[in-house]
Amino acid sequence: MSGPAYRNGDGPHSGDGANEPRVPYQREQFGPHGPERGSYEEPAPYEQHGPAGSAAGDLVAGEQDPEAQPQLPHYDHRTLKSLLGAWALSVCSHDESLAVEVHLTDCATCAEEALRLRDAVGLLHQEESLDLDPLLRARVLEGCLGRRPARIPVPEWAGPYDAEAARLDALLRDLGDDYWKAPVELKWHAGEPRSERFTVAQVIGHLTAVDSLIARSLGLPPDSGEAAADPPRPGLGGLGLGLGMGIASRARLRRSRGLGDFPLEPVERTTAHWATHSMLPGSTVRSLWREQSHNLVRTVSFAGSGAAGLDVDYGSFALPLEDAFLDRAFECWIHANDIADAVDYPYDPPAPRNLNRIIDMVAARLLPEALADRRRAGLTTSPTRLVAAGAPGRSLLLEVEGKGGGRWYLPLDSPGAVASPEETVAHVAMDSVEFCQLAAGHIEPERIAFGQSGDRDVIRDVLFAAASLSRL
Amino acid sequence: MATPAPQRWDRKMQQRLARGEEAALGELYDRYASLVHSLASRVLGDDEAANHITREVFGYIWENPDAYDPKHGSLRSWIATLTQRQAVHRLRQLQNRGRSTPDEVEARVRRANTAARADFIVTSMPAPLRAALELAYRDRVDYRTAAAGLGVSEDEARRRLRLGLQLLSTAMEPGGHTDGHTGHPHDPRGQRGHR
Repeated sequence: MSGPAYRNGDGPHSGDGANEPRVPYQREQFGPHGPERGSYEEPAPYEQHGPAGSAAGDLVAGEQDPEAQPQLPHYDHRTLKSLLGAWALSVCSHDESLAVEVHLTDCATCAEEALRLRDAVGLLHQEESLDLDPLLRARVLEGCLGRRPARIPVPEWAGPYDAEAARLDALLRDLGDDYWKAPVELKWHAGEPRSERFTVAQVIGHLTAVDSLIARSLGLPPDSGEAAADPPRPGLGGLGLGLGMGIASRARLRRSRGLGDFPLEPVERTTAHWATHSMLPGSTVRSLWREQSHNLVRTVSFAGSGAAGLDVDYGSFALPLEDAFLDRAFECWIHANDIADAVDYPYDPPAPRNLNRIIDMVAARLLPEALADRRRAGLTTSPTRLVAAGAPGRSLLLEVEGKGGGRWYLPLDSPGAVASPEETVAHVAMDSVEFCQLAAGHIEPERIAFGQSGDRDVIRDVLFAAASLSRL
Repeated sequence: MATPAPQRWDRKMQQRLARGEEAALGELYDRYASLVHSLASRVLGDDEAANHITREVFGYIWENPDAYDPKHGSLRSWIATLTQRQAVHRLRQLQNRGRSTPDEVEARVRRANTAARADFIVTSMPAPLRAALELAYRDRVDYRTAAAGLGVSEDEARRRLRLGLQLLSTAMEPGGHTDGHTGHPHDPRGQRGHR
């Protein structure tokens, strides 16, 4: 918000003369219809809200016609003076505004102050740039690290999560507090395309709930609301109070302890999270999510790269910490994009380097496992061969085009088999963002645009396996 | 007046930066990048130049976290001061390259200094005054509704709005002229009306 243009044209002290400061009327400031605010056109009935101290008898119903000055209610000097701030901010009633303006024509002291306060309003502004280039963060941080290398770096595999969480946070900041209840359609693929509507706040709660699986595996206390602000080791201090995290909200959270007992399965965990957090204001939902995401990045930085292989338990499956972070980066981007779509905001894909890491995690590690799961469940049609782990087997060449793309040979016979280029039986080419949307359940496997050659049954199985990776 | 919690956050952040924690740098950016960028754009009026200042300011903080002294004010106002100085410095460089006339530059520096003082005043004024101003200005709430929301009388709401604006108006140069310094309230040399 750049704020309404309160300035009076050419600067603070451009009055007609130093001794006769001229205060523009509200109508000049805002045009004939007042400021962009309905309430100004629907003035509060002053009969019910007469200024304290005014004799009731003085309040005679005034005409709406601004020229009808003699019929304005009479306010004493003290009241008029006290109204100057509210008047300068255009937050008093229509009649009060008129009364002040009439008064200013014959009270030099008040006129001088009114001018000064009105100019002061021009100094109020939104502190934040809302159009900060999202790519600037990476450039600034890189520049810093070039000047002084980090002694405790963020592990490379946590970088995409850090970046995506920062981008989503910037989106939420831009949206402000009016959007928490806006409907967002989430899509996923569970054998068939599914979609359901949630609110923005619920989507952030969902991210918080699933992110907390990583927090749990790192031994962080449940819910960052308060406990997780504790340092990962002594002397480092907490993260302080979250933005917008009021005392009442924290108390409510404290009452809803037992979050550590939440189910691990991501959807059930999300549902449990929603049930206990539904009363929180959006700003608190955001700060809980953000505190936790900052905390995760910080904690794995201290843990170092050795923690990469630690398992994160998702209930029915587990991922190494490294892949779990990439998976969270992926979901953070996808849901940020869902939110942006819902409110008609532009939202770019991750920076190519980060997108490439995400695709690598999906294509090289998740997809072969998903394919094997589907084979075991009898959901595939292509024939398979028994291949020992570590032995070469048949492969599909996945060629991902566009930013962040690359080439991956996927093992078809077993996730443990070596996908050998010599035994490539199929070749698929598709766009990097579309590939991610397929894996996120946002594009159906039958509808995705791709180039192909080779065994069509294999290709179909791989595309459906990719779609099966999606969940709420 | 800063509350204890932010002071603690400031000190911890400084320690973490001094320790060379990259995650702290990210958090610092997430909290203050938009402040730095908007202050710099206000002085320079150019997005790319503001990006440059943002890189410079965070680079300086990351290299010199000990240059911040919590005794002299909040981390936020220190960062605002650094940004203001860097941006004004940059503006004068650009002037020397003939991009703007000296008068334009001085006018812009004056406006930026006033805005920086105003920013400092708003962030350091008593919380009840700031809350009232935010309701009125940002949320466009009429003062009676604001009074109800704040749990105070209408009289008190009017008083707070007026007092808040009076404080804010001290950021403006008296009589419309400027003393021409480039200081900021965080910097005692640049302080006006806060001694």
